[in-house]
Amino acid sequence: MDIAELHEIAQQARDRRKPTRIRCCTAAGCLSSGAAAVKTELAQAVKTAGLEDQVEVCSVGCMRFCGHGPLVAVDPSDTLYAAVTPTDAPSILTALNGGKATAAQADPNHPFFAQQQPIVLENSGLINPESIDDYIAAGGYEPLHHALTELTPEETLDEVTRSGLRGRGGGGYPTGLKWATVAKMPAGQKYVICNADEGDPGAFMDRSVLESDPHRILEGMAIAGYAIGANHGFIYVRAEYPLAIQRLKKAIQQAKRYALLGSQIFDAAFDFKIDIRIGAGAFVCGEETALMHSIQGQRGTPRPRPPYPAESGLWGCPTLINNVETLANIPAILRHGGDWYAGIGTETSKGTKVFALTGNITHTGLIEVPMGTPLRQIVADMGGGVPDGGRVKAVQTGGPSGGCIPAHLLDTPVEYESLQALGTIMGSGGMIVMDDHTSMVEIARFYMDFCKGESCGKCVPCRAGTVQLYDLLTQIMAGEATREDLDQLEALSAMVKDMSLCGLGQTAPNPVVSTLKYFKQEYLDLLLPASNRSGAPTVATLS
Amino acid sequence: MPISSLPSQLKSGSPPAGDSTVQDEHRHFKVLDVTMKRHRHQPDALIEVLHQAQAAFGYLELEVLAYVAKGLKLPLSKVYGVATFYHLFSLKPSGAHTCVVCLGTACHVKGASALITALENELGIKVGETTADNQVSLMTARCLGACGLAPAMVIDEVVSGKQCPDTALEQIRALSGK
Ligand SMILES: Cc1cc2nc3c(=O)[nH]c(=O)nc-3n(C[C@H](O)[C@H](O)[C@H](O)COP(=O)(O)O)c2cc1C
Ligand code: FES
Repeated sequence: MDIAELHEIAQQARDRRKPTRIRCCTAAGCLSSGAAAVKTELAQAVKTAGLEDQVEVCSVGCMRFCGHGPLVAVDPSDTLYAAVTPTDAPSILTALNGGKATAAQADPNHPFFAQQQPIVLENSGLINPESIDDYIAAGGYEPLHHALTELTPEETLDEVTRSGLRGRGGGGYPTGLKWATVAKMPAGQKYVICNADEGDPGAFMDRSVLESDPHRILEGMAIAGYAIGANHGFIYVRAEYPLAIQRLKKAIQQAKRYALLGSQIFDAAFDFKIDIRIGAGAFVCGEETALMHSIQGQRGTPRPRPPYPAESGLWGCPTLINNVETLANIPAILRHGGDWYAGIGTETSKGTKVFALTGNITHTGLIEVPMGTPLRQIVADMGGGVPDGGRVKAVQTGGPSGGCIPAHLLDTPVEYESLQALGTIMGSGGMIVMDDHTSMVEIARFYMDFCKGESCGKCVPCRAGTVQLYDLLTQIMAGEATREDLDQLEALSAMVKDMSLCGLGQTAPNPVVSTLKYFKQEYLDLLLPASNRSGAPTVATLS
Repeated sequence: MPISSLPSQLKSGSPPAGDSTVQDEHRHFKVLDVTMKRHRHQPDALIEVLHQAQAAFGYLELEVLAYVAKGLKLPLSKVYGVATFYHLFSLKPSGAHTCVVCLGTACHVKGASALITALENELGIKVGETTADNQVSLMTARCLGACGLAPAMVIDEVVSGKQCPDTALEQIRALSGK
């Protein structure tokens, strides 16, 4: 493969296109609302109308308006149909010539779409995720070519450093710095891992990227491998995402066939291969050291750091581990340059962030916005607020490690630091809107139930502490707790946070702490008056 | 447990008990052999092998774990330790049909617990159990990644979104043809 061949493939793919394209979302969300039948009927309707020369019906990835699927878009008229059923198919064709379609139309100029700035999702919903030619026609694998043939590994790394990109898996660690640490390790066996475990319940950004644009991840990993001197990558993907796994496997096969993975890629002295490892349903395996144990076929328990994976990772070798979305940014950074990327977002948080907007909100789905966008704009303008005139009570980010932001603070811009200052975290991108019917104590208990069930059991503060916290919250909800119990809840939260081994335990109290910070009255309202208390404290302290 | 006494209805669609069952078992062990060979009997491949074993047998019976331990030259305790660590590995057989309700945050906020209550009442079992006639196992998931369609549930690997107790019960009743 050389650049001329790459351009040739791109040109041929463009030449094959018909003047009118009907794009059908075939990502998991729309598929589960019946998108496959819609696509079949549309193809049939094209045939019946004898329009095969003019019109093509193609599978594409996520079009982001996931709560209103199945989605169908028509080019070049830029029409988007929502909640399409198979019976709508003939009328969608009639509408090509000015008729009226029976399917509802979504407004592509709605803030939900208009205020997005797609970088990670730039191909999502536009290309066929199962076609490498489509990806190449969209400029894919050119950034890899650029790096391999025009830049040294150091210069490649430099672009990433200058971009200011920070890890999208939750921690926000500067990506360039992480790459540099692995690159500096003595030459020898090194690995790249793509963390596609996406355990945060309520988050589906990574899934969408994997299902909609899998080659982007392969390309990002290969560029990372080149920059740090690794020739082997692993994608650790959760078993709950069968379609993502299937598309990744297919993408790897296709890339190998085009020699875009394998040895001497683009005739450079660079070999790279990628293997897939499938999780088995353990949230803690998203934690990097647990994930590496799992790849090695062991129980997914974390270990203390240092040593960091960059020094001693898979099989003791230096290992770079990055989140799906982090890696999905890499091809764009190499294409347009680190300075371009650094021009988007805010001083400390560069680029864009993808959020999965769910919960009590009118428009659920995926949004990609520049860092620094105020939460209110996301929730009220783009998401359309709470349905049926309800009011937003809080917005939860960061999943079980995060916290709830009360409605009066919604003018906060989304940035790593500003969210942390509010007692939550950016997290991986789950954003759950809660309306004023939501009990915040119950939400805190919900997350504690999650953490208690997902604690790997290795360290006591997390294993026993989460159980105690859960019991206290249950007691409070049952109206059987006193003021001392609440104090106990606060003290224990601080202890679990400070003493746990890994991020799971260290952040497990966050939902409690943040709801106590902003919604303490809800806790107080549930307490017994002190005098009603009978007997000794029921909650054991840890010794 | 001898091979012949393994329950026959391991997965939906598996043939009823009879001579074919024993043959099935043999075939499943063959599949396991092939998987282990493909991984050159590397102990690191344990999780992939267990995935394959569960797909073939429907669940991970002690005898299967012992077979894997031998094949990968690992102590049985280690194989057991890994099999019990991960939620997706099951050491018990499940019903002919599985119904998984998502209890992730997005689904929780949209009323997933009402689905659970309705299903538990209808089936007369609790989450994690299988009906007495071995027809339906009721389970929960942390998040299916279908949060845009919350609340979501999966019946025999087919995801359906925007459920309410009535639609959930309708689907369950359709399974048993009631
Ligand atoms: C309990 C726990 C769960 C985690 N789950 C995930 C996850 O599902 N996906 C992910 O990318 N990172 C997850 N992380 C963060 C990873 O440990 C790691 O920081 C990340 O993959 C690094 O990639 P990044 O620098 O690109 O963000 C988790 C961390 C903890 C403590
Ligand atoms: S929370 Fe139910 S599918 Fe994500």
